[in-house]
Amino acid sequence: MNTLVYTFHFYLFGLIAIASALAFVTRKSPVAAALWLVNTMFCLSALFVMLDAQFIGAVQVLVYAGAIMVVFLFVVMLLNLGQASDVTDIRGLGGRLTAGLVGLAMLAELFALSRLHFPRLVGAMSDHANIVNPVSAPLFQEYLLPFEVTSVVLLVAVVGAVVLAKRGDNVS
Amino acid sequence: MYFDLSIPSQLAGALLPDLILVIGAMLLLLLSVWRKESLGQARLVGLLSIVLCLITFASVVWLWRAHASASAGIIAVDNFRWATDCIVLAATIIAATLMIDYSEREQLVSAESYVLLLLAASGMMLLAASRDLIVVFLGIELMSIASYVLCGVDRRSSRGAEAALKYFLLGAFSTGFLLYGIALVYGATGSTDIATIGTAVTGETFNNPLLLAGIGLLIVGFCFKVAAVPFHMWTPDVYEGAATPITAFMAAAVKAAAFAAFLRVWIEAFPGATSAWIHPLQWLAVITMIGGNVVALQQKNMKRMLAYSSIAHAGYLLVTVVVANSLGASAFLFYLVAYTLATMGAFAVVIALDEPGERNQEIADYAGLWHVSPWLASAMAVFMLALLGFPIAGGMGFFAKWYVIDAALHAPHPQTVLAVILVIASVISAGYYLGVVLVMFMKPRASDAVAVRPVQTGTFLVIYLSAFILLLFGVLPNGFVTLARDSVPISMVNAPAGPPVTAAASQ
Repeated sequence: MNTLVYTFHFYLFGLIAIASALAFVTRKSPVAAALWLVNTMFCLSALFVMLDAQFIGAVQVLVYAGAIMVVFLFVVMLLNLGQASDVTDIRGLGGRLTAGLVGLAMLAELFALSRLHFPRLVGAMSDHANIVNPVSAPLFQEYLLPFEVTSVVLLVAVVGAVVLAKRGDNVS
Repeated sequence: MYFDLSIPSQLAGALLPDLILVIGAMLLLLLSVWRKESLGQARLVGLLSIVLCLITFASVVWLWRAHASASAGIIAVDNFRWATDCIVLAATIIAATLMIDYSEREQLVSAESYVLLLLAASGMMLLAASRDLIVVFLGIELMSIASYVLCGVDRRSSRGAEAALKYFLLGAFSTGFLLYGIALVYGATGSTDIATIGTAVTGETFNNPLLLAGIGLLIVGFCFKVAAVPFHMWTPDVYEGAATPITAFMAAAVKAAAFAAFLRVWIEAFPGATSAWIHPLQWLAVITMIGGNVVALQQKNMKRMLAYSSIAHAGYLLVTVVVANSLGASAFLFYLVAYTLATMGAFAVVIALDEPGERNQEIADYAGLWHVSPWLASAMAVFMLALLGFPIAGGMGFFAKWYVIDAALHAPHPQTVLAVILVIASVISAGYYLGVVLVMFMKPRASDAVAVRPVQTGTFLVIYLSAFILLLFGVLPNGFVTLARDSVPISMVNAPAGPPVTAAASQ
């Protein structure tokens, strides 16, 4: 029973993630595409949670779905790229009906899940109090050097962006 | 001197040259944005960046001479790393010197370009040191992102902008291949550590499709960075569009560092799967040698010709990766010294002769150079002959090719076919290298040719010092050969085919 529930959710989130990724690359409106990407990120974070990596799941939502995508949307909107009024994604009664039904199904699932004790995989990370440790310990010990080098890579990217985007010609 | 890499302070000690370079580059970044930008200030930053490279160079030599060693870990502390560091730093010094002269002539104010050069060099040094695929990836990114920007550093030049965008898009694409390859190799072996992968990849496991796909994707990623055919499409446009000192930097240093990482990964991680990758790599080497040289024959523009020539040289260097043992590694280091000096020298001559706005770069513009500027013509002839691999007059170039062929013939699986094709490809390359020499010495100077300007000091030093070193060690190669032989990493020395390495062998 537990395995079945697990498999069901794995395929559910996996398929939604793939479908959203497909929608992300096929939408004409950049804003809609970005929102589909957010949806993909949410599904991926659900998969992380199912792997008992709650911390990574939360970080996934916070960083990718939250910070990066919001900045991305800001850029899209500031550059006025999002004005594709003739290509809305939910058209007509059928689309709205489907969207509503999917929403209801999700809501129903949420209620069902809240009544069910979700099965957990046996694993090293079963200690709930210590879910950050498996991420932080390698990050600051084993992979300290790559972690620090990443900051230099980001510095180069920032310097490069400023150098290329500075106004005017660089003549004396 | 021994470093325990699991202790952060000792890890920092093992990374001393890299730290000096990165911290110095950050201080120079502060200096370059401190005041309103001007030509004089950019020049100051340029000179200080050369000084910084020299200090880093000294620290590398100090660690080299102190016989530093370390526990197995995320970075390597061995002679191969120090030798590659020296080549990279020398190339950076040359590029910065040329950039100072070039900016003065083109009235280009860009103090940040020196900072980006230094940070790219730090990425290259990291590549030379990496013994972990994550560090390889970060090193390549650090080097590449800085190079993308350096291509477009002259904002007046639309060709530069095109080069930067093209390089960025294709580079990002190829990074995807590399990263996916790393992920698949990790999936197959459970580690990103090169030594651990090396022990995990044995005869039984290497048929794992995950691993084979990973190795294939890694080959694609690396071959893009070293510009091997058929992943070379970006090279001519990028090399032509970028400012010439940056082109010289990319042709020499970027290629050298990417190859160093390629070689180390191949020698230490995948000897167990030789039969899986040896045929694709052989074919890549063959089509790169032939393709690069044949297309170079048709080039009219000097920078494009040198771009295709650098592709052909990537083919010769791929032969050392196919050999993948200590002999190949020492041939690689020796070749790299000769190639770096000759290529950067040739680009320095291009800088000395072209006009503001990068005009006057056609090969036809070099006609009769011997009659107006015999020294420049002679130096250019030395660089061309060194790239060709001509004895005596080509200096080190001849021995460089000799050792690559030697390594190919004495490999555990002798690469006779590759050696033959290398020779044939070199004969083809005579068509354009000697073509330049012919044009300079035999053709009359065109009546409407522009007068040759007096060569600026930095460019002057680069041209004649490179030519001098090439010729000197072409006559007395023993010192460099010993150095190159002693510079193979410990794990590479354990590979079967290496000759006994003694200081006396070269006397």
